[in-house]
Amino acid sequence: MTQLPPPSSVKLGLVIDLDTCVGCHACVVACKGWNTENYGAPLSDTNPYGADPSGTFLNRVHSYEVIPDEGPAQQVHFPKSCLHCEDAPCVTVCPTGASYKRAEDGIVLVNESACIGCQLCAWACPYGAREADPAEGVMKKCTLCVDRIYNENLPEIDRTPACVRTCPSKARHFGDLGDPDSAVSQLVAERGGFDLMPEQGCKPVNKYLPPRARDTDEVDVLAPLLEPVAQDGKGLVAWLDKALSALPKGGRA
Amino acid sequence: MNQPKLDLSPRVSDEVRKTTCYMCACRCGIDVHMKTGPDGKKKVAYIEGNRDHPVNQGVLCAKGSAGIMQQNSPARLRAPMRRTGPRGSGQYEEISWDEALDLAVSWLKPIRDEAPEKLAFFTGRDQSQSFTGLWAQAYGTPNYAAHGGFCSVNMAAAGIYTMGGAFWEFGQPDWDRTKLFLLFGVAEDHDSNPIKLGLAKLKERGARTVGINPVRTGYNAIADDWFGVTPGNDGLLILALIHCLMTAGKIDAEYLARFTNASVLVDQDPKSPDFGLFLRDDDLQPLVIDSRTGKPAPWNGQGVEPVLTGKLRRGGVTHLSVFHLMAERYADPVHAPETVADRVGIPAARIRRLAADIADVAFNQEIVLDREWTDFRGKVHKTMVGRPVSVHAMRGISAHSNGFQTCRALHLLQILIGAVETPGGMRFKPPYPKPATAHPRPHSRVTPGQPLDGPHLGYPQGPEDLCLTPQGAPARIDKAFSWDAPLSAHGLMHMVISNAHARDPYRIDTLFLFMANMAWNSSMNVGGVTKMLTDTDENGDYVIPRIIYADAYQSEMVGYADLILPDTTYLERHDCISLLDRPICEADAAADAIRWPVVEPDRDVRGFQSVLCDLAARLALPGFVNADGTAKYADYADYIQSHLRRPGVGPLAGWRVGPTGLQHGRGDPNDSQIATYIANGGFWIKHIPDEAAYYKPFNRAYQDWAVETGLFDAPAPYIFQLYAEPLRRFQRAAEGQGDRQPPDHLRGQMQVTMDPLPIWYPPFEDAHVDPEEYDLHALTQRPAAMYHSWGGANAWLRQIHGHNPLYLPTKVWEKHGFKEGDWARVTSAHGGITVPVAHQASLNAHTVWTWNAIAKRKGAWALDRDAPEATKGFLMNHLIHELLPPKGDGLRWANSDPITGQAAWFDLRVKIEKSAAPSEVQPVMPPLDLPDRDTPDRLTWKVGPS
Amino acid sequence: MNPAPSVIIFTTLSGMGFGLLFWLGLGLPAPTGWVAFGFFFVAYALAVGGLMASALHLGRPERALKAFTQWRSSWLSREAIAAVVTLTLGGIFALTAIFGTPLAPLGWLVSLGCAGTIWTTSMIYTQLRSVPRWHHWTTPAVFLTLAGGGGALLANQGLAALVLLAAAAVLQGIAWFTGDRRFARSGTTLGTATGLGERGEVRAFLPPHSGSNYLLKEFVYVVGRRHVMYLRIIGMSLAFVLPLAILAFGLTHVTAVVAILAHLLGVLCLRWLFFAQAEHVVGLYYGARRTA
Ligand SMILES: Nc1nc2c(c(=O)[nH]1)N[C@H]1C(S)=C(S)[C@@H](COP(=O)(O)OP(=O)(O)OC[C@H]3O[C@@H](n4cnc5c(=O)[nH]c(N)nc54)[C@H](O)[C@@H]3O)O[C@H]1N2
Ligand SMILES: Nc1nc2c(c(=O)[nH]1)N[C@H]1C(S)=C(S)[C@@H](COP(=O)(O)OP(=O)(O)OC[C@H]3O[C@@H](n4cnc5c(=O)[nH]c(N)nc54)[C@H](O)[C@@H]3O)O[C@H]1N2
Ligand code: SF4
Ligand code: SF4
Ligand code: SF4
Ligand code: SF4
Ligand code: SF4
Ligand SMILES: [Mo]
Repeated sequence: MTQLPPPSSVKLGLVIDLDTCVGCHACVVACKGWNTENYGAPLSDTNPYGADPSGTFLNRVHSYEVIPDEGPAQQVHFPKSCLHCEDAPCVTVCPTGASYKRAEDGIVLVNESACIGCQLCAWACPYGAREADPAEGVMKKCTLCVDRIYNENLPEIDRTPACVRTCPSKARHFGDLGDPDSAVSQLVAERGGFDLMPEQGCKPVNKYLPPRARDTDEVDVLAPLLEPVAQDGKGLVAWLDKALSALPKGGRA
Repeated sequence: MNQPKLDLSPRVSDEVRKTTCYMCACRCGIDVHMKTGPDGKKKVAYIEGNRDHPVNQGVLCAKGSAGIMQQNSPARLRAPMRRTGPRGSGQYEEISWDEALDLAVSWLKPIRDEAPEKLAFFTGRDQSQSFTGLWAQAYGTPNYAAHGGFCSVNMAAAGIYTMGGAFWEFGQPDWDRTKLFLLFGVAEDHDSNPIKLGLAKLKERGARTVGINPVRTGYNAIADDWFGVTPGNDGLLILALIHCLMTAGKIDAEYLARFTNASVLVDQDPKSPDFGLFLRDDDLQPLVIDSRTGKPAPWNGQGVEPVLTGKLRRGGVTHLSVFHLMAERYADPVHAPETVADRVGIPAARIRRLAADIADVAFNQEIVLDREWTDFRGKVHKTMVGRPVSVHAMRGISAHSNGFQTCRALHLLQILIGAVETPGGMRFKPPYPKPATAHPRPHSRVTPGQPLDGPHLGYPQGPEDLCLTPQGAPARIDKAFSWDAPLSAHGLMHMVISNAHARDPYRIDTLFLFMANMAWNSSMNVGGVTKMLTDTDENGDYVIPRIIYADAYQSEMVGYADLILPDTTYLERHDCISLLDRPICEADAAADAIRWPVVEPDRDVRGFQSVLCDLAARLALPGFVNADGTAKYADYADYIQSHLRRPGVGPLAGWRVGPTGLQHGRGDPNDSQIATYIANGGFWIKHIPDEAAYYKPFNRAYQDWAVETGLFDAPAPYIFQLYAEPLRRFQRAAEGQGDRQPPDHLRGQMQVTMDPLPIWYPPFEDAHVDPEEYDLHALTQRPAAMYHSWGGANAWLRQIHGHNPLYLPTKVWEKHGFKEGDWARVTSAHGGITVPVAHQASLNAHTVWTWNAIAKRKGAWALDRDAPEATKGFLMNHLIHELLPPKGDGLRWANSDPITGQAAWFDLRVKIEKSAAPSEVQPVMPPLDLPDRDTPDRLTWKVGPS
Repeated sequence: MNPAPSVIIFTTLSGMGFGLLFWLGLGLPAPTGWVAFGFFFVAYALAVGGLMASALHLGRPERALKAFTQWRSSWLSREAIAAVVTLTLGGIFALTAIFGTPLAPLGWLVSLGCAGTIWTTSMIYTQLRSVPRWHHWTTPAVFLTLAGGGGALLANQGLAALVLLAAAAVLQGIAWFTGDRRFARSGTTLGTATGLGERGEVRAFLPPHSGSNYLLKEFVYVVGRRHVMYLRIIGMSLAFVLPLAILAFGLTHVTAVVAILAHLLGVLCLRWLFFAQAEHVVGLYYGARRTA
């Protein structure tokens, strides 16, 4: 079913907060761990102890610098996995129907038993969210932990993607972006969540929350607070003696 | 539309085993999911965070999740090994445990009977120091310590001497309440998941974080404001903030008067024998002026109301309260932002703005909790008042030669505004708060064949507590607690090998190391240290005659030992994360935890602590054998359950046996204690009652709770030591007072550096090299996804950090015309390296840096010889020496803090020039020839059915 | 993009093969008997050889048949079907020709199929918005004219070859000229890729892994500018200038072989450039292209 299904009302996805991500790679490894043991074939690593180790990862964290016109350069950590696009070009290019977008919740998946490993879907994805696994010869991608989020063997609270559950800075949120009242949709509305590469027309479901303004400590607003009460140590002691004797006895008690 | 049918509820695992992570020292709780593999054995299938655990509350870092790859790493040691080739060749034969232990005993027994100090036993960052220390004490050698001396002892000692607790593992911001958070010099810390969880809380509440760090990565990248300070100058910055706050009167005078020694009277007569010491009563209690009477009274007298600005003339001697001295010093314009801005690398206006922010949050946005509490003077306080400014700091300020005083200055800043142990400020985690005076003092008296006279490490109160021989020479091989480093509370591991090699202060016979990669990333001057380890004397014998080493992996150090004791992995052994040591407590609770073998080892390896129990029995060490000479502890698990440190107090506090059943904190040993821990998720926790949750050092309810919990045996309230009298005692010795006298060459330096009130002085390296020539500061940082050298053996983590460029700021990048892919020659006064470079804009203009410990020696860690870790990864350690370059006075000064001996890693200065790209990083050390490993060409790790 | 030999060989050979079959279908020339066998053999060897090479590119070639199912949306599926239908019809047509009775209308259908196959092949690349250089009408135009021209060379259709190769040369020129600017004009920058563009200049600092990975190997391939210039000159000379010169002077058996071989090498070179020079937008995430 290479064609896209009609848009579902439920649009499951991630919201990633660039204001809080510290770039720790916890989500990267939790994802690797969960998905190597679970959905489909393991995520292989080639030359794992050699000169050019290279493995399949479904989630990777970049770091960028932003050099504003004024003020010091900033750094932004930037995790990226499949964005479960509404107009997913990776799905429509697939010749076998292995790539599909689930009709009920919009999750984009690869049916590994149908995949011929032509890699065209990876070419079509502008975000680099798909990786061909050399050991298995099939395409791998973020499953949105479809085998966790509905998993009745897990306690309810753990029915969330492995990367979200593990993120120590709580920079990752999971939910239904099709429901304007969901916590994630509200977060997107409040914080001005945005799409990556909107001009590519993929309509990603995942959203990113922008870093808050940095280095905004302009001078002066609070300057009166530092108005000196004394010029030297003796003056300070004298001032304090005066100030303290003016207080009701016992102070803050 | 025929989308495939998916199994949305696959079985996650056959069993979950809950234990404690060890991929770093943060002690998170983990759920280890086990599945039955094709061979019918249960295997680790997936590791995730334990949601109920106080430390990580379910989250897990990259290293923690990658534990599975550590567990199946081909670099794991397989069996005990005896060296067959020369040291450093890496040639070994595997032997049995009996052979290994016999060999060890044949070395250790004779020296114990003759001169126990000939054993030097030093351990890495394990959390079993209360056990390894006990072993060393029973053995009788004074030469024991862990890694703290090169790690962050400045932070620990400054915290404990100043406020009875340190950021280092024992303090945390009040994450739920703080409104302004200052983070000084932290990349990861030992509290990595809690800090991230805390930052998440701040972000959620919109509280402000300020990162003070030359490098803007990680936590500093998400800080709202970044102060890209020039390294080594935080003390100046902090004192400038203090100057602003004091001159503006923005201090918490009442808190200072009641809860600090700012109100204590100090002898101010230069001619008096007690000049600079506290005025004390007959019970030796320091005195304050009591505002009720206007007369002196002991600081802890019931009902006493101390006067902050007290003055007293007695016996012709003027005594002023400490506050006078503080005011005198910090109001001085030498501390004004305008004076220090250039050196600090931050404009004066920004420094002032930060001070104003602190003042604003502390005094205009105070928090008042409606909780009544009673202080140690019996005064009842109706509320708890918080000044919601919190601070955290680590090695960035402590790994400098002025680090102790800088850390002290930072504590002064926090205390000045009343933000320690108050709502929204910094809070201690049990077993802290605990002042320096409540700790043991160091012990070093050796009796052949007998235990040491007491615990090795402690907190000296003055020269009388130093570890010196009757002749005045250092008693310890690392010269800890000598005049070189009087307050070296954690020992000086970084000096052990060079002192042992120099046979200074004496010869040792056996160097016994445990999980410290001293031939590589934990050494300064790697090339020099490996030479010392292999150096021979005129007879062709090794200068350091014997080396025993316990590691779990094929590390570089493995190549230099004569006998290797292979440890298990953390998933294969018992451990306790004890209140006697470095537990898992939070500010609101006491808690401890265990590790237990969630998988059986598939190699001939043994838990090192169990091996120590065995060795101790074979050596018949007191406390480790029964009256009949049999082993007292079958293994470490047995020790954990049955050892008693004090009556009722053992390694684990949970589920002890009391008169009416199980009880917590105190009680008799319980032989199903470990089983109970396992059943309870691997840990035990006891919450602190609300009325005891803040003001802990001064709070009666907390003191009583701590006694009940077994943290100490009687209430021991104290006040913060802004003025550190022990320092003054050393300073007085340097001035020529007293009968224990420092060597003359140290007098001048001690008089300056051992100031009882926080000061700043330039990092020592600045005076030993030409700062114009060596114009750049060179730093390292921990990567979040890698733990020192271990992660190199981890197939997943090494893909994230397989090599490390040197990051250069824009100015340097442009000045030298560097382009992507270029290499540079980096030179310090001590050595040179040629390494790949990369550009970073968000970096202090005078600083270069790289990730710590990514590089690997060829032949180690079961990696291929052409692994990027060896060809493109590099260690900064080649540029750092344990001694400073000669400055022409005929002496070699230590590259350490003069007070604690903390290794000054971050004082390093370098110069840089563009270099042609060599085929690999320089210098190249010859490969180690460690035994070959089966390393697969491909990993497809899956335990369950595909 | 990674200039994988399998795709370069596939597009080059199958282009020429279907190009030749196109002319044979039109009856230009209209050989019969062994001569027909020879012509068709060459066409099939090239087309099928190319398709087999493309199968080498697959991770799971044994499942290749599944690729015929998604013609409703997938250009790759359409191409597979077009190729198989064309080759099947072409086979029947070849038999009729070999046995002396070529069925002209079937031949026209085969020619249409050839054009369609090449067009669908080109659309596999053209459809990719993620590779701005390809996402343009010049991609099918170059593929079609090259296949037509190369086929004409093989089919000994001098005039057609002259016209089509000249056209292909011009189109290739346009493709390069516009293609060199297309990434910049696509509007996709590191700024839009990260959403941080409005805050200042964005630069890649740390890649996700210190080593290589699938994305870098597959999509981030950098060719030096100089290198490109030389290869363009060589490709142009071999694929067009030399054959066109030979055509202008008239074909002999020897010169025809020279023209064909030169053209083949030239097209291989152009195809190498087609892939190697194509920048995938994902490269932005890795700092492969500096943008303000
Ligand atoms: N992931 C991970 N976690 C770890 C470890 C690990 O290897 N990996 N190691 C553990 C160990 S043993 C330790 S000791 C802790 C250490 O934890 P940290 O204290 O966070 O140690 P470092 O990574 O050395 O970071 C020092 C920081 O100080 C900054 N810095 C250097 N000089 C100065 C200065 O003069 N002023 C200021 N303000 N900043 C400065 C550096 O830029 C760097 O950010 O981490 C522990 N946690
Ligand atoms: N340039 C520079 N150098 C530094 C620092 C810096 O900031 N900059 N920081 C310093 C600091 S603070 C520290 S703490 C040191 C850290 O340096 P080290 O203490 O050397 O730390 P590691 O490399 O983590 O590991 C020590 C050894 O423990 C072994 N090990 C791992 N797990 C186990 C186990 O379960 N059992 C046993 N027995 N062994 C095990 C590992 O294989 C390794 O060989 O580095 C110091 N070196
Ligand atoms: S785990 Fe969270 S903080 Fe860490 S890199 Fe991933 S998103 Fe960022
Ligand atoms: S991010 Fe890429 S792989 Fe994921 S749905 Fe969008 S286009 Fe497809
Ligand atoms: S690689 Fe697999 S999923 Fe991707 S397009 Fe080809 S067949 Fe479809
Ligand atoms: S949702 Fe699951 S598969 Fe996707 S990135 Fe997160 S952990 Fe990986
Ligand atoms: S911070 Fe990470 S490595 Fe350290 S104990 Fe916690 S989970 Fe393990
Ligand atoms: Mo450390």
